[in-house]
Amino acid sequence: MADSNISVQGYISHHLTDLTVGEGFWAVNLGALGWSLILGTLFIITFAVVGRRATTGVPGKFQCLIEMIIEFVNGCVKETFHVKDKLIGPIALTIFMWIFLMNLMKLVPVDWFPAAAGMVGLALNSSALPEYAADYSFLERVMAHPWSYLTIAPTTDVNITMGMSLGVFILILGYSIYYKGLGGFSKELAFTPFNHWLFVPFNLVLELVTLLSKPVSLGLRLFGNLYAGEVIFILIALVGLAQLPLHFAWAVFHILVIVLQAFIFMMLSIVYLSMAAEKH
Amino acid sequence: MDINATLIGQSIAMAVFVWFTLKFVWPPINAAIEERQKKIADGLAHTDRAEKDLQIAQDKAKEILREAKDQGAAIIKQAQKREGKLIEEATIKANEERDHILAQARAEVEAEKSRLREDLRKQVAALAVAGAERILQREIDDAAHSDILEKLVQEL
Repeated sequence: MADSNISVQGYISHHLTDLTVGEGFWAVNLGALGWSLILGTLFIITFAVVGRRATTGVPGKFQCLIEMIIEFVNGCVKETFHVKDKLIGPIALTIFMWIFLMNLMKLVPVDWFPAAAGMVGLALNSSALPEYAADYSFLERVMAHPWSYLTIAPTTDVNITMGMSLGVFILILGYSIYYKGLGGFSKELAFTPFNHWLFVPFNLVLELVTLLSKPVSLGLRLFGNLYAGEVIFILIALVGLAQLPLHFAWAVFHILVIVLQAFIFMMLSIVYLSMAAEKH
Repeated sequence: MDINATLIGQSIAMAVFVWFTLKFVWPPINAAIEERQKKIADGLAHTDRAEKDLQIAQDKAKEILREAKDQGAAIIKQAQKREGKLIEEATIKANEERDHILAQARAEVEAEKSRLREDLRKQVAALAVAGAERILQREIDDAAHSDILEKLVQEL
């Protein structure tokens, strides 16, 4: 897609910009949040349908697959989270499947969805085309249409990953207060690692940094991995015919990254929540 | 790319999805898995028990078979013994019968023989008397010599 009229810089920034609605902080990234909601809904509806039809006899192949995923997640939870808790399993499953599906969208070649969305936009809402693009070629007009800015891979958006880690952070606070009580939680913040009232301010700073670093590292790890992968995909898409083997190799490698990052996010969430739930 | 309201939207969506999973996804599938696990465990225990039962039944069957064999052998032995005895008894009886029949037949034959001899003797005597009568008719009186003829008949 590296047309002469579109600079390399423009091409890259086109792919890294999402279509937004709203101004300033209250803007919403439509592509990322839209696909995130679509994929999340796909996940819960698929699983709920399988759950509703689940037979205790000989399961079908699809039920087997779903059960394998659930047993895998349940195994991870049981290994790490030793307090009896009803919520942790669903949390881990949701995180794993949702992030996995969002990561999976990265295997869609980088131009397909923007081009398709741009074409649909051109057909349905041609008035949104910027004026400067009026006499461009068809493909250029497609890519100049604002709808073509919709992205398909939500986890390459820092808002999505940080949104999820914010959810985990709130859960960490909730679990800490639920299992230790507000007093116990504050006491832990104030009196570890140095159990002396003189060290309370020092402890507080240390513990708060520890606490805050959990969601930040969680969200930024996922974002960093997938954003970097996306940038490489975009760069590969710039090198002409040579992109075919390169893209294939990078996509194969990404199959690993997709599952691994989903697993890491889930595992760390479980670990953080178990740390929040267990008394030290 | 800026931090914006997408982050809040994603957090809310996450809360909703987690709630939905907690309510409609996790319990039914987990229940199905656990129930199946229980079924399989029961089935395995059942198999174990059945195997043990089978072993016991096989042992019992072997025992019964062995007993039956022993009994059969004993019965055959007894029967053989009895058979020998019967044959022996029958042989003795048959021999006795044969001897008896033979003796009877011999006696009968002897009796017939003596009877025939008597008849023969009588006929010969009569013949001799008749011959002598014819000879003597010409010379002697029948009545005068009958005592001699009686004597001859006796001597014959």
